[in-house]
Amino acid sequence: MIASFGVKRANINNIVSFVLLVGLSAAFILPLFWMITTSLKPIDQLLLDPPVWIPEPLEFENYPNALEAQPFLQYLGNSLQIAVAAVIGAIISNSLVAYGFSRVEWKGRDAVFVLVLSTLMLPYHVVMIPLFVSFSKIGWVNSWLPLIVPAWLGHPFFIFMLRQFMLGIPKELSEATRIDGGSEWILLTRVILPLCKPALATVALFQFIWSWNDFIGPLIYLNDRDLYPMSLGLALYHNSQGITDFSILMAASTMAVVPIIIIFFFMQRVFIQGISLTGLKG
Amino acid sequence: MLTPRKRRELRKVGVGLVFISPWIVGFLALNLYPIIASFYYSLTRYSPISSPRFIGLFNYEKLLYFDPLFIKALTNTLYFVVFAVPLGNMLALALAVLLNQKVKGLSVFRTIFYLPSILPLVATSIVWTWLLHPQYGAVSVILAELGLPAISWFSDPQWAKPALIMMSMWGTGWMMLIYLAALQDVPQELYDVASLDGASLWRKFRHVTVPMISPIILFNTIVGLIGAFQYFTEAYIITEGGPGDSTLFYSLYLFQNAFAYFKMGYASAMAWLLFLVILILTFIIFRSSAKRVYYHGS
Repeated sequence: MIASFGVKRANINNIVSFVLLVGLSAAFILPLFWMITTSLKPIDQLLLDPPVWIPEPLEFENYPNALEAQPFLQYLGNSLQIAVAAVIGAIISNSLVAYGFSRVEWKGRDAVFVLVLSTLMLPYHVVMIPLFVSFSKIGWVNSWLPLIVPAWLGHPFFIFMLRQFMLGIPKELSEATRIDGGSEWILLTRVILPLCKPALATVALFQFIWSWNDFIGPLIYLNDRDLYPMSLGLALYHNSQGITDFSILMAASTMAVVPIIIIFFFMQRVFIQGISLTGLKG
Repeated sequence: MLTPRKRRELRKVGVGLVFISPWIVGFLALNLYPIIASFYYSLTRYSPISSPRFIGLFNYEKLLYFDPLFIKALTNTLYFVVFAVPLGNMLALALAVLLNQKVKGLSVFRTIFYLPSILPLVATSIVWTWLLHPQYGAVSVILAELGLPAISWFSDPQWAKPALIMMSMWGTGWMMLIYLAALQDVPQELYDVASLDGASLWRKFRHVTVPMISPIILFNTIVGLIGAFQYFTEAYIITEGGPGDSTLFYSLYLFQNAFAYFKMGYASAMAWLLFLVILILTFIIFRSSAKRVYYHGS
C-alpha cells in the first residue's frame, strides 16, 4: 500500500514537472519561432494587426534579399576566419599554460595560479581604453589582430579547466616518459594532450562561440566594412533600417544564429561535458 | 655557489615559466599594464588627439557631484542588477530542479533552455526588438488574447528595463546547466533520509538541496553580478539608452564617453569606479555568505 502510494506521488510530481517544462519551453522557444516565421513572411503579411503566426505562402526570397541588402556572406566568412584563428590560439596557448600549472612542479606555482584566477574578476571596461590606446599606437586598429591575438595568450577560464583536467591524469604516466629520456615537450604533445581531447574540444567550442558572438571588440576596433564580422554587420544594418525591413532583418539574424545551433547539435555532448569539466560540480 | 639541488629547483622554475609564458605576456600586456594605465588616465584629461594632462581627482569629483547622467546610469544599472541577477538565478535553479526529476525528454528540454544563452546577442537583441514590438510583436498578440492591456515595452521608460530583464532571464540557460550538474551530485541518500522523516518537497529543497549546492549558488551569483554590471550589447542594440535615458546603463555611458565623446580620462575614471563597486560587492557577498555556504568535506 505505502509503496504504491509512493509511486503514485512520484508519478504526479513527474507529470506536474513535465507540464511545467512544456509551458516554459514554449516561452523559451517563442523568440526563435518568431524570428523564423518572420523571416519567411511576405511583406504584405509583416505588418498585419493582429499578426499572423505562420505566413501563407512562405517567402523564401527574404534570404537572398538579405544577402543582397548587405554582404552578409562576407560578414559570415569574416566571423568564421576570426573565430578559427582565435580557436587555434586558444588551444595552443591554454594547453601550454595549463601544463605549466599542473604537470611541472615548481616553486611558487600555486601562488601564481591564484593570480591567474583573480584576473577573472577584472571587468573588461577597466582594460578597454588602455588596450585601445596601445593597439592604435602599434597600428592594429582596423585589423583583426586585437580580436585574435589576445586568444593566443591564454584565458583564465580555459587555463583553470585544462589544469583541472591535467591534474586528474596519473603522475606515473609522466614519470615513465621522463625515465625514457623524453622531454617535457614530448610528454605534453605525445602523452598528455591526446588524453585531454574532451577538455580541448570544450575550449575550442567556447572560444568559437565567444569570438563568433563578440560585439564590443569589433565595434571598437573595426572601421572598414570589408573587415566586419557578422555581429557588427548585423548591428549596423539594424540601426539603418525601418520597420518594413523586419523580415529581411530576421532572415539575417537567422543566418547569424544557425551556425551556432548547428555546432551545438553536433557537439552537444561536449557542451554538457564542459560544465562538469570546469570542476564546478563539487 | 649553487648546490645541485638548488640548481635543479631553479631549472624547474625555468621550465614552468617557459610553459606559462603565453599567460605571462598576456597578463602583463592585457591586464597589468592596462590596469595601471587606466588608473593614470583616470587622473587626466585625455582625448586621443592630445596627450593626457594631469588633473588630479577632478574626473571623480565631476562624476560623483556634477554629472546627473552618471548617477542615472548608475541607478539604472543597480536596478538591473538587483532584479536580473536574483531572478535569473531563481529561474535557472527552478529549471534545473524540474529537469532533475528524471522527466521524459530531458535532453530536448535542456537544449531548449540552454540554447538562447549561447546565441549571438546582436541577433537575439534584434529578435527581441521585434518580438516585443507594441503593435506587431508576438507578445502583444498574446497579451491581447489574454485581455491584457498593450505595453510599449522598449519605447516606454517604465517598461524598458523590465523588458530587458525579461530578455536576460531568457539567456539564463548556462546557469541552469551549472545547477543541473550540481544537483546531480547531491547524494540520493540525503533525500531518502529526509523522506523517512516525512519531509515535504519544499522542506527537502530548502534543507537538503539548497545547502548542498550553496557553493554553486554563490558562484552563479557572483559571476552573474559581474556580468550584469557590464551589461552592454542589448542596451546598445535595442534602446541605445532610451527612452528618456531609462536604459542608459553604466557600460553604455562609459562606452559613449570613451568612443563617442572621446573623453578617455573621464571614461577611465568611470571604469575604475565600476571596478571598485564590483570588488566591494563581491567582498560583501563572500563575507555575508560565509556562514551559509556549505563546502563538502570541510
